[in-house]
Amino acid sequence: MFQNIGEMMVLFWRTLLALPLTWRQRKKVFDEFFEIGNASLLMICILSLFIGAVIALQTGPVLVERSLSSAVGGIVGISICKELAPVMMAILIAGRVGSAMAAEIGSMRVYQEIDALRTMNINTLHYLVLPRIVAIAVALPMLVIFSILVGWLGGAIVAATNPQIDISFHAFFTNLRDVVELKDVLNGVFKSFCFALIIGTVSCHQGLVTAGGPRGIGRSVTKAVVNSIVLIVISDYFLTRILLNLLK
Amino acid sequence: MNDTSSNNRGVSVQVRGLYKSFGKLEVLKGLDFDVKPGEIFVIMGPSGSGKSVLLRHIIGLEPPDEGEILINGESIQAPEVLEKYRTAMVFQSGALFNSLTVGENVGLYLEEHRLKSPEEIERIVTEKLEGVGLKDTADKMPGELSGGMKKRVAIARALVIEPQLILYDEPTSELDPLSAVVISEEILKLNQRIHVTSLIVSHDRDLAFGVAHRIAVINEGKIIAIGTPDEIKRHSNPLIQKFLHADFKNHQPN
Repeated sequence: MFQNIGEMMVLFWRTLLALPLTWRQRKKVFDEFFEIGNASLLMICILSLFIGAVIALQTGPVLVERSLSSAVGGIVGISICKELAPVMMAILIAGRVGSAMAAEIGSMRVYQEIDALRTMNINTLHYLVLPRIVAIAVALPMLVIFSILVGWLGGAIVAATNPQIDISFHAFFTNLRDVVELKDVLNGVFKSFCFALIIGTVSCHQGLVTAGGPRGIGRSVTKAVVNSIVLIVISDYFLTRILLNLLK
Repeated sequence: MNDTSSNNRGVSVQVRGLYKSFGKLEVLKGLDFDVKPGEIFVIMGPSGSGKSVLLRHIIGLEPPDEGEILINGESIQAPEVLEKYRTAMVFQSGALFNSLTVGENVGLYLEEHRLKSPEEIERIVTEKLEGVGLKDTADKMPGELSGGMKKRVAIARALVIEPQLILYDEPTSELDPLSAVVISEEILKLNQRIHVTSLIVSHDRDLAFGVAHRIAVINEGKIIAIGTPDEIKRHSNPLIQKFLHADFKNHQPN
């Protein structure tokens, strides 16, 4: 395990050092970026809408019962932008995009394509890892912004249409605007950027260390997704603590 | 890596005391041999004798436990040596990039190293594909090709590098006899045209005796004979004779 963590840190550090070469790989970055967006946008839309809806449904009646209806928008807004959107989207992207990254690089490893790259003196890090990590690091925060907006909308729809809550759109968003500040949204976006780096690094690393044929590819994909999710949840706690102190 | 337009003479290869183990399994047990510039050198031997592992050492994909490999007298353990000489490998499976078209596969080296303009790359790709008899396949995906065509694309991809040393891993395995002959002819033509040093690992007797200037026979990680095809044919080692004359006897009643 520690060897894996060490290797991932080295991979990440070498990717950081290679960042100036991103422009040369721009075509692959755009391709990956398009792939991530294309693969995830509809799913994110549905997921975010229902996350917002269920948070409103869970908190709304309880708050209204205690004459705190004016807090519904704020609670839904804060919980979505600071926690639920970044974490849930990161988990979704780990499952959809991280698994694809590990599978693609893993099969290239198993079927000697990576060896072929090395014999051509093409740097696997620049060719395979850098474009993927850059693309996911740009795409995930953008998807999270989209998810936050859709999640708020989902919350507002339930707040307005559920008779137990019965808060108008206008009242919901007025309260949300009173409570949620720009720094709260940026907090979630920054977290998602960190999660993207975790997913990209873990998935590319798992792909690169794949061994043992098709079964090995399957193992790598599972490990990439599980390890990414575990690291996302752990790092979420520490990032939250750091950001709470920084944004006091 | 060098510009592909520079001097294209083959290089010499020296293998000195090469040992390699994977866990407790000793694969290479002290190999020593020389390959001359421009020579076609075939390494023959039964499956599992360490041929492919040897090739992976020569191209720098595996580090040896002991011993060294020299190209033109320079050890490849210094990373810049493999960058200095243009080397290419044709993998047993072809190892084409499945997400790229045939044309992109062939032109990848030039594109990634920014050696030519896109127009020139297209021209070179067309020329190399025509050279291996695969005109009009540039836009196809590797999955649409047969095994023989994939191997020829892999050769075209290696040719783009204009190699001074080219390594072939079982170039005729999994091919029908006609495709095997086409590949053997390609190897020979290439050697005559650009005087590239060719190192072939194979257990195909027809290929070995058809194209080789010299043959090494390897068994259980050791070289048991080196010589010209005629010398190998006349070699007294019973294992070599058995390997060369192994034939299927039809025991079915007529």
